[in-house]
Amino acid sequence: MALKTKTSTRIGVTILGWGIALWLFFPIFWMILTSFKSEVQAISTPPKLFFMPTLSSYAEVFERANYWHFALNTVIVSVGATAIAIALAVPAAYSMAFMPSKRTRGTLLWVLSTRMLPPVGVLVPIYILARNTHLLDTCTGLAIVDMLTNLPIIVWMLYTFFREVPAPILEAGRMDGATRWQEMTMVLLPLALPGIASTALLSLILCWNEAFWSLNLTSSHAAPLTAFIASFSSPEGLFFGKLSAASTLAVAPILVFGWISQKQLVRGLTFGAVK
Amino acid sequence: MATVELKNLRKTYLTEEIIKGISLSIEEREFVVFVGPSGCGKSTLLRMIAGLEDITSGDLLIDGQRVNDVEPGKRGLAMVFQSYALYPHMNVYKNMEFGLKLSGMPEAERRAKIEHVARTLQLEPYLNHKPGQLSGGQRQRVAIGRAIVRNPKVFLFDEPLSNLDAALRGQMRVELSALHRKLGATTIYVTHDQVEAMTMADKIVVLQKGIVEQIGSPLELYHHPRNLFVARFIGSPPMNFFSAIFQGGDAAGSSVQLRDGSSLYVPVTSPGLLPGTKVTVGIRPEHVELASSGPNSGVVEVIERLGAITLVHVRMPDGEIIVVQTDGAVLTDVDTRVSLTLPPRNCHLFAPDGLAFEACHRHPLAA
Ligand SMILES: Nc1ncnc2c1ncn2[C@@H]1O[C@H](COP(=O)(O)OP(=O)(O)OP(=O)(O)O)[C@@H](O)[C@H]1O
Ligand SMILES: [Mg+2]
Repeated sequence: MALKTKTSTRIGVTILGWGIALWLFFPIFWMILTSFKSEVQAISTPPKLFFMPTLSSYAEVFERANYWHFALNTVIVSVGATAIAIALAVPAAYSMAFMPSKRTRGTLLWVLSTRMLPPVGVLVPIYILARNTHLLDTCTGLAIVDMLTNLPIIVWMLYTFFREVPAPILEAGRMDGATRWQEMTMVLLPLALPGIASTALLSLILCWNEAFWSLNLTSSHAAPLTAFIASFSSPEGLFFGKLSAASTLAVAPILVFGWISQKQLVRGLTFGAVK
Repeated sequence: MATVELKNLRKTYLTEEIIKGISLSIEEREFVVFVGPSGCGKSTLLRMIAGLEDITSGDLLIDGQRVNDVEPGKRGLAMVFQSYALYPHMNVYKNMEFGLKLSGMPEAERRAKIEHVARTLQLEPYLNHKPGQLSGGQRQRVAIGRAIVRNPKVFLFDEPLSNLDAALRGQMRVELSALHRKLGATTIYVTHDQVEAMTMADKIVVLQKGIVEQIGSPLELYHHPRNLFVARFIGSPPMNFFSAIFQGGDAAGSSVQLRDGSSLYVPVTSPGLLPGTKVTVGIRPEHVELASSGPNSGVVEVIERLGAITLVHVRMPDGEIIVVQTDGAVLTDVDTRVSLTLPPRNCHLFAPDGLAFEACHRHPLAA
């Protein structure tokens, strides 16, 4: 009897899991589907699930805009922002995790609170700062802003991962003659690598899909893929086929990358059994 | 080999003083054990010596050099942690090599050293294993090996055996003692295990609440505890205590009146107390003798038979329990009436402030 209930619970959980997964995946699925429709099919009611796929939207998208230019900007900005953010966050998280003071908790909360501010609230000052430092419409400028917006989350995640590393292991390194730098690079980083990798991946995804600052701080030269998508939601009317094709092209690389590294990501997020 | 000297060391966390002025000197080759109840500051003191905690005030000298501000890795110490703290991402060989590599020792020399130590500790078959693949005892050995290869001036141990089971702990205890004899390195060892402290130490430092209660050889602490705290802390099962009235003393001893009116003449010098003062008498369970009749009688309440010895808990008329350690084959049973003999030479007297009366004769083994 008990076994039976257990089985039915498991079936329920499985169905629920699949339900949520499908619900989350549906928009992406529909977007990809729409990208292979003609503009007429794309807006037909009722929506069609089965149709003759066409690459016409893709052809037009490639014709109208230089996809590679946008993609390169996105790669530069996300990788750059992530690399700098990790480089800054590692020492910060290290000191908070292993040398906490009475102000550490407060600092952590304060760091996170900056994420709670709506970006539009600082749009004007950031815009003026970027303009005055000649960083408008540059990858550097966008990368710096992206880096700063993600830094709080990255510090938090790294802090959590570092806390999992038993302090005596680092102290053993110090007793063995390691400097703080060697302790961090030769003992802590290898141990926290899965955590750092999943943090970096998250940061990459956030930067990749970041639209607010991209649209406000870039126009042509440094415009990333989110601007590429936006350029297809034109005022003269929405063309869902092309919009979907552009969006699919924009998210495809990060989707594939995320898929490949999902093992790493899961390992990072369930990291803990170090000892 | 090195000497270590602590001069009035203090440690304050925020506002709370944890180590309250500890002075101690440790000779070359000496094996010093820190004992004390949980939270008394043993680990903190050890970590201050290691350099893992800042010293708030006072001086720490190694080989006569003040090292308060020297990096942990440059003090010439090696530490074995309670949790072993092996590098999980490195195999046994790399674990032992890490410190040597950082110190810039050439590869061939490192290899020779590690192989030698691995042989001593029977770790050769495991050199390529990661710590996660080893048993607790093997990890402990690796941690010790990692300390030995660096050829430190001083070894520091923080409860290194407390994660092992009883049998393995006994075995490692003997091995550590043998190793110490062989290497002859100055060693500071923190434990709360009586047996480890008594068997391994040349010198025991008893700590309580950040101060030193007594420093001495194991038998010195056993035979001549300086105060009630040490008397209660050293020895297992712990010493029995009961109150008595001080009657007076001379050069050869002091006399006290017990609760039942009998008097006891103990060979300790009285520190100028007024007759009539309430004092505490202490006697270890292994020194009380059982008699079937006589004064000091009570009723047996519990009997613990451990095989070789028996612990008899006797309820005295005034309600106090006195534990007697006696022969394993003793026939006494629960609820029978027994008499206790208290050999005066094995009794200790403590003044109201807890300090022990000084013995007229030092025990030959605790000179
Ligand atoms: N980082 C810290 N901040 C504040 N107080 C601390 C800190 N570390 C230790 N203490 C305090 O210092 C005191 C001594 O701690 P310590 O770890 O040295 O005790 P211990 O004698 O080693 O105990 P145990 O036998 O349980 O290991 C304790 O009261 C503890 O609460
Ligand atoms: Mg401790």
